[in-house]
Amino acid sequence: MIGGKIAFASGMLLALAGGWLAFPRILYQTRQQPVNFSHKVHAEKAGAKCEDCHSFRDDGTYAGIPTLDKCSGCHTAAMGTTAEEKNFIDQYVTPNREPQWLSYAQQPENVYFSHIAHVKLGHVKCEQCHGNEGGTGALRPYQQDPISGYSRDIWGRPVAPVGLRNEGGMKMDDCVNCHRRQGLEYSCLGCHK
Amino acid sequence: MSANKRYGMSIDIDKCNGCGACMMACAVENNIPPAPEAANDRRGVTWIRVYKVDNHLAYPERRTAFVPVLCQQCGHDTPCVHVCPQQAVDVDPETGIVGQMPERCLGCRYCMVACPYHARYFNWWDPKWPAGMEKTLNPDVAPRMRGVVEKCNFCHGRWHAAQQKAAAAGQREIDAADYVPACVEACPTGALRFGDLSDSSTEVAQDAQRPESFRLLEKIGTEPKIHYRSRRDWVREIASAPRPEGKDGLRG
Ligand code: HEC
Ligand code: HEC
Ligand code: HEC
Ligand code: HEC
Ligand code: HEC
Repeated sequence: MIGGKIAFASGMLLALAGGWLAFPRILYQTRQQPVNFSHKVHAEKAGAKCEDCHSFRDDGTYAGIPTLDKCSGCHTAAMGTTAEEKNFIDQYVTPNREPQWLSYAQQPENVYFSHIAHVKLGHVKCEQCHGNEGGTGALRPYQQDPISGYSRDIWGRPVAPVGLRNEGGMKMDDCVNCHRRQGLEYSCLGCHK
Repeated sequence: MSANKRYGMSIDIDKCNGCGACMMACAVENNIPPAPEAANDRRGVTWIRVYKVDNHLAYPERRTAFVPVLCQQCGHDTPCVHVCPQQAVDVDPETGIVGQMPERCLGCRYCMVACPYHARYFNWWDPKWPAGMEKTLNPDVAPRMRGVVEKCNFCHGRWHAAQQKAAAAGQREIDAADYVPACVEACPTGALRFGDLSDSSTEVAQDAQRPESFRLLEKIGTEPKIHYRSRRDWVREIASAPRPEGKDGLRG
């Protein structure tokens, strides 16, 4: 009798755990970044500052992920011996081909977001929204909702809220929560276009 | 935070020659696709539309005028906001602009019925651009899909761009010259003017005070923010929409 209950409970747990682990994998499609870029290596070995690669244009728009011409200056020839760097040079620098980076934070096309308002006027730190992305040693896989095509960062919360960042993503709720805390209220068209 | 604005427009009907440049500039700015074959006046999408009116007299007394009609940005009891069951329409307290949220809209079209100005349009088809033209789309305005309502929002993408430019200069207050809707910019006769109605030094605020200035259906009390003007009596009379003769039984 007891044995049956234990068997049932452990079977149940196993099924739940399996679903817990497997379900997000089925739900989200995983894609690889074109180049294994390391923010850490560039900060440590090249002493590069965030603004060297992620800059504002004169009209206040954000240049975002840098284009190849920001990389070619240093990477015309290999500086190290890593396979990543050689691969990057052979595949992209030499043929002058832009890597098709996948942007984790990319919002749907109907969202308006302004970096300069947050960074320059609001003094919000990059980490507050992007977590430690700027200090990582390797790129995490990019997870995409196959139906909407949205990145998981702006859409899906992990089933278990373990290891969540402060804002836990970049969904509308996350934006609005921070704004409310600061006493800011924007109309729908404030953030949409 | 910057002081709240009340953006509005003034339209000099006597200057409008009906060329339609405003309609074209609007469509290009706001990613409105060329109308499909089956579109007509009711089913097409035109955030601003130039209507032709005349004085109902025979030649040689006949006179014609052109009246550009866009969302009148009602400032009081905004009818579309009231009827929307989805909260897909709101009035921005910062700008006074009536915003339509296509992503929230369910397509019931109550707002189109409620709108006294026929300034709202329904997407009967998914947008389609002729090959190559999709490359010219404006990235500051998201295209809409079939089944939702849309309307003029005073080129809100340009408002964002102006704010962004101000932020780059470390400011929250935009430079008025940076925020001009596409129709105003395109008008070759200068019939359209745009600005902050709450600032009495702006041209629009002064235009609104002129004796020949009026608003469409002013009597229904929605406080529209588009101020028309004409020195011609018959034009002002038509715009006040007198009750048609013999229709006394109708409620008005
Ligand atoms: C200021 C010079 C500089 C710039 C600019 C620069 N890099 Fe590097 N990069 C380095 C240095 C130094 C290394 C380390 C080489 C080593 O010792 O292995 C490196 C390493 C790499 C590696 C190998 C990563 C690893 O794990 O070791 C890749 C891939 C790479 N860079 C890509 C890029 C890309 C993409 C850009 C443009 C966005 C870029 N780099 C811009 C200096 C630069
Ligand atoms: C050598 C150029 C370089 C420097 C310096 C650099 N980045 Fe990046 N950054 C990149 C490239 C290339 C990517 C695209 C690959 C990726 O997603 O990491 C990127 C991506 C990012 C992203 C992810 C955007 C997204 O959602 O996909 C963030 C956040 C970011 N960088 C923050 C920072 C911060 C913070 C710093 C300073 C500590 C910094 N970066 C310094 C080149 C650089
Ligand atoms: C208030 C939250 C917030 C802050 C603070 C912030 N970002 Fe972002 N970031 C975003 C959002 C949202 C996007 C997506 C923008 C979009 O889709 O238009 C993004 C996108 C990016 C991208 C990718 C852009 C592209 O080309 O796709 C980079 C790189 C980036 N941010 C870097 C940074 C850096 C570096 C900082 C600090 C200087 C920073 N961000 C601060 C929210 C933030
Ligand atoms: C960590 C807090 C925080 C988060 C998260 C955040 N914001 Fe903000 N946001 C601010 C602050 C602070 C300001 C006010 C900036 C200023 O001082 O004018 C602001 C201002 C804005 C503005 C007005 C900008 C302007 O040009 O006037 C918009 C639009 C906006 N945020 C959109 C977003 C969107 C979209 C997101 C989510 C992707 C987001 N915000 C997430 C803190 C945040
Ligand atoms: C602070 C910024 C902000 C404000 C204010 C805001 N939104 Fe959003 N909204 C977003 C962001 C960011 C997304 C994309 C991420 C997501 O789907 O959660 C979004 C997504 C949406 C979506 C889903 C769209 C899709 O394609 O999946 C709808 C619907 C929506 N918003 C409606 C509204 C309405 C209605 C209002 C006004 C009551 C509003 N939003 C105000 C930031 C905002």
